[in-house]
Amino acid sequence: MKTEKIKLSEIAYARSGDKGDGSNVGIAAYTNEGYEILRRELTAARVKQHFAGIALGDVDRYEAPNMLALNFILHDSLGGGGSESLKTDAQGKTHGIGLLRMEIEVPVGVKLK
Amino acid sequence: MPSSRSPVLVANGQGFWGDSPLGPLRLVREGPLHYLTLDYLAEVTMSIMQKQKRRDPNAGFATDFVKMLERVLPLCMEKGVRIVANAGGVNPSACRRACAEVVRKLKLPGVKIGVIEGDDILARLPELIASGEEFKNLDTGEPLSKVLQSVECANVYIGAFPIAEALSKGAHIVIAGRCTDPALLGGPLVYEFGWRPEDTEKLAAATVAGHIIECGPQCTGGNYSNWRDVPNLAKIGYPIAECREDGSFVITKHEGTGGLVDTKTVASQLLYEMGDPKRYIGPDIVADFTSIQMKQDGRDRVRVTGVRGAPATPTYKVSIAYRKGYKAQGQLTIAGPDAVEKAKLCADVVFERLAMDNCNFAPEERLVELIGTGVCHAGIVNNADPVEVVLRIGVKSMDEKKVARFGYEIAPLVTSGPPGVTGFAGGRPAPAEIIAYWPALIQKNKIQTNVTVEEVQL
Repeated sequence: MKTEKIKLSEIAYARSGDKGDGSNVGIAAYTNEGYEILRRELTAARVKQHFAGIALGDVDRYEAPNMLALNFILHDSLGGGGSESLKTDAQGKTHGIGLLRMEIEVPVGVKLK
Repeated sequence: MPSSRSPVLVANGQGFWGDSPLGPLRLVREGPLHYLTLDYLAEVTMSIMQKQKRRDPNAGFATDFVKMLERVLPLCMEKGVRIVANAGGVNPSACRRACAEVVRKLKLPGVKIGVIEGDDILARLPELIASGEEFKNLDTGEPLSKVLQSVECANVYIGAFPIAEALSKGAHIVIAGRCTDPALLGGPLVYEFGWRPEDTEKLAAATVAGHIIECGPQCTGGNYSNWRDVPNLAKIGYPIAECREDGSFVITKHEGTGGLVDTKTVASQLLYEMGDPKRYIGPDIVADFTSIQMKQDGRDRVRVTGVRGAPATPTYKVSIAYRKGYKAQGQLTIAGPDAVEKAKLCADVVFERLAMDNCNFAPEERLVELIGTGVCHAGIVNNADPVEVVLRIGVKSMDEKKVARFGYEIAPLVTSGPPGVTGFAGGRPAPAEIIAYWPALIQKNKIQTNVTVEEVQL
């Protein structure tokens, strides 16, 4: 099977926000085929690896198939969170589009958008 | 008593304290509406208000709301739009007095203002702890006694029923303190449709609808990954939920407004601040977000059905804020060439000079960011040599004097650092108190809300 390298932004959209001293990153696919790719590729371990420069704690993973979505909690990703944080992105507002930058291998010719 | 009108139109015109004043104004002016909800509170907001109240017993609420009321109330009264806002902060009765002043100034007859109290448990904390409530931190498990002396405010997230009670007593304006954001929509529906606490699925649906609209235009195309697809962001329409007695609803916006309502913009907001999607816990219900079914129902209309839920838990969530030292942040712009190298030197110089004056910050008490190199997506992208960077330095400490001393070493870099340092604006960074958040639970039977509705005498 021929594959190609694409960015997650080509098959999914995302939103993130703060959750205490962590952030949540929700990501949803445009198509059922895209959702299967997300489910397969986006393990908690891979997302933790992607955010290694941001999330210092564990990563939790949840599925919401009705929205073709996955939800990740990035623990300890805000430098303390709330008004404690010294970070520019103290609320994790940009973590969603940060996940969409991830590159993955997908089969050529699958309906993704 | 079920409502004669269906659907009931509930809009949100204010996603947070600081949102645009155009939101509520345009919602009331540009189309039909039954309820205008306005969300003014965040965790940090409550502690700011508590400080204001300590200085002035007539302060401690969202003053923006009172200003807003002066602009929207005449049209709301004319069109029969009732207003529900969590603008009361830590002083809902003072907020009522300020709103009553506005009503008198506008000379509007027959306006009734409802106030919900009982969420503020700051004064009751010792008594509640003595009765066995530990207020264990939901993140760390530590008991509140550890920081009790530093607590600034403590408020219970109340639900839809006290708001419905205020509406049933005829309030045109309902002022709540700390209620959940979705309850601002749930209250009107409980009142209109006569829902009861055991109407699990309907309350779950109302919680979902409330969650979708609570951040205003974040469900109508704002902050959306496909931002190029969103027409006319400047005129973005704030969200309206058209709600029916069976719990189904349509998310839409006024005709002719900008923005975009489709299943993806709505799903984006459903994903916002989500934890376990099967257990979205509110005061009245536990909603299952994996049960939500969405369908496009014409242009800029998304129909939502099928929401399931489980009965409420025996506890309320409590929002507690406590003092945890001070912080300050300063920034400078460093022009290239060699912007990154020079910015790093500037940061080193700041901390070396502070150390020369016996002002030391541990690694966990300082943060240096070179904005332009990829700080938001650190480890994902990196621009090693941008043509210019913004150097942002932050420190924190329990010692206010140390944090204040830090502020003196930012501007001097303009004349005593490498070349190309500029952009020192906004004055010397001053210490700001850190207000930390302590999420906890309390048994519901310890909380009694009190709803009063009074007509404003002109």
